[in-house]
Amino acid sequence: MSTTDTGGPPDTSDTVWERAHESTEFRELRSRLRRFVFPMTAVFLLWYLLYVLLADYAHGFMSTKVFGNINVGLIFGLLQFVSTFVITGLYVRYANRKLDPVAEKIREDIEDGPAKEQA
Amino acid sequence: MTTLAAGVEGSNPLLNIIIFAAFVLITLVIVFRASRNTKTASDYYAAGRAFTGPQNGIAISGDYLSAASFLGIAGAIAINGYDGFLYSIGFLVAWLVALLLVAELLRNTGKFTMGDVLAFRMKQRPVRAAAATSTLIVSFFYLLAQMAGAGGLVALLLGVEGKGAQALVIAVVGVIMIAYVLIGGMKGTTWVQIIKAALLIIGALVITLWVLGKYGFNFSQLLQAAVDKAGKAGQTLLGPGKQYGATGTSKLDFLSLGIALVLGTAGLPHVLMRFYTVPTARDARRSVVWAIVLIGVFYLFTLVLGYGAGALVGPDTIKKAPGGVNSAAPLLALELGGPVLLGLISAVAFATILAVVAGLTITASASFAHDVYANVVKRGKTSPDSEVKVARITAVVIGALAIGGGILANGQNVAFLVALAFAVAASANLPTILYSLFWKRFNTQGALWSIYGGLAITIVLIVFSPAVSGKSTSMIKTADFAWFPLSNPGIVSIPAAFILGWLGTVLSKEHDEKKYVEMEVRSLTGAGAEKAVSH
Repeated sequence: MSTTDTGGPPDTSDTVWERAHESTEFRELRSRLRRFVFPMTAVFLLWYLLYVLLADYAHGFMSTKVFGNINVGLIFGLLQFVSTFVITGLYVRYANRKLDPVAEKIREDIEDGPAKEQA
Repeated sequence: MTTLAAGVEGSNPLLNIIIFAAFVLITLVIVFRASRNTKTASDYYAAGRAFTGPQNGIAISGDYLSAASFLGIAGAIAINGYDGFLYSIGFLVAWLVALLLVAELLRNTGKFTMGDVLAFRMKQRPVRAAAATSTLIVSFFYLLAQMAGAGGLVALLLGVEGKGAQALVIAVVGVIMIAYVLIGGMKGTTWVQIIKAALLIIGALVITLWVLGKYGFNFSQLLQAAVDKAGKAGQTLLGPGKQYGATGTSKLDFLSLGIALVLGTAGLPHVLMRFYTVPTARDARRSVVWAIVLIGVFYLFTLVLGYGAGALVGPDTIKKAPGGVNSAAPLLALELGGPVLLGLISAVAFATILAVVAGLTITASASFAHDVYANVVKRGKTSPDSEVKVARITAVVIGALAIGGGILANGQNVAFLVALAFAVAASANLPTILYSLFWKRFNTQGALWSIYGGLAITIVLIVFSPAVSGKSTSMIKTADFAWFPLSNPGIVSIPAAFILGWLGTVLSKEHDEKKYVEMEVRSLTGAGAEKAVSH
């Protein structure tokens, strides 16, 4: 394996990153992030796929009128807008409360820590 | 409306040109003022990372709501009813991928381009070259779509009929766009996006309220009017299937399109690059939130615009107008507010094309200068000044290519070209981005296989699809070499690229643990991330 030609941003001391990576705080941050975004991604993708499949293969059902000229398909479509807005809101709240404070703490430890080799 | 020879009847080309010229003049002044501080590479590529979340969110929506969104979706709803609405849902839900999985981690890890992130823990030169190749191809298809759309729009709005005169207008659009990019860099381009987004959303809001007002703010009544106007086939406008429901193949094609739309957005290089214009990952998150709200609301407007155009103008008139489906929104504006409103909406549509083209050009030029020139050719040993110089030269070259390509592609199906860009972005870029952010084992060979593999499969499938040959709607009508039945390759090419990325990875032993550790800490915490430049 060769990594001789890695350019990119200036290297901070390796141990800083490794120490942060091993810390319980970082592990907690990573698992908090993944615990939220992976299931949520699965949920909205499946929900979207369900909608696309219904619109594609269940024309009769989607054209069923609910009231006036408003049919199931239109309501389903508008619910996709609603779910998108709701998931956005949930994520922002989660990130503000559960992710940002931990990330900030780790970042400060790295950037202001004893090993201040940051370029 | 009996004669449509001179553009849209009732349209006043001179008025349209005056309104458009005013927009160009005002934005150029703003671009000049904004550009006084553009000195460093960070200024040129990333606007000094000094935009706020909300500003960037508005600019993102400006970048994203292209002419294809505005004119294309409104037109598709007017003609095909519900099926047109399906596009906007895919385009919107796609933003959750960007919000949850990509935006913040990308902002924390990279500097200017997609290649920065993909190459972070890989061998720099091959991965950057691959990332730049894919960026240039996606941007070029998208660019072509915008320029091709400009030609049709010109015919519609200015009454410019001859191909030669349309070519001249495409060239003028291209030259103005190059000026924005050269003078203003990312900062100037961002301001153009912001102004344009504001005009577009306000314009759409006004027409939406106007249309709804005509029907007593009763959406059901508006739908009824659209059904009545469309004649005997009117009922089919309300349910899905009018456009895609004909055969098993067309249904599969639609499914394929739906997948590409939802996975493509977070792989569009010009969208990704916008996340670098804000100071922190938190601002990147806020920009996506703003973008989601604005884009969502705008698509709700287009639902009213589309059915409104169907009800007040009628599908037959729209189809016969110069510009065809794309003319639904402008014709609706003319019907409601006469030549002045048409002029305003036309100017907004032009501004849309101009702004999106500028955004694409700066992305492509940044990728060439930063990834190819600075890191592949010069192996990272170059000064930021010469890098920016190369970026500026590249912008001119890309602008010239876009003008030439736009003239050649004039009259091609705009929505098809955009769908193509989405398919490439979803196949070549997204799998590679996700693997490199979340999969520890991922390595250089995996990245190369997923980028080049995704790219090659997508393009081959498109070339041999009915979109290119064999049908009356194909690019090449006279020949038939299509063997792939779908116009949208996503359903095959996206899974294939994911599999290739995995296969390439497990077949190579390379793994840079140190870089992986650094990247993961950086991406999640923002430690060592590029800071904002203060002037």
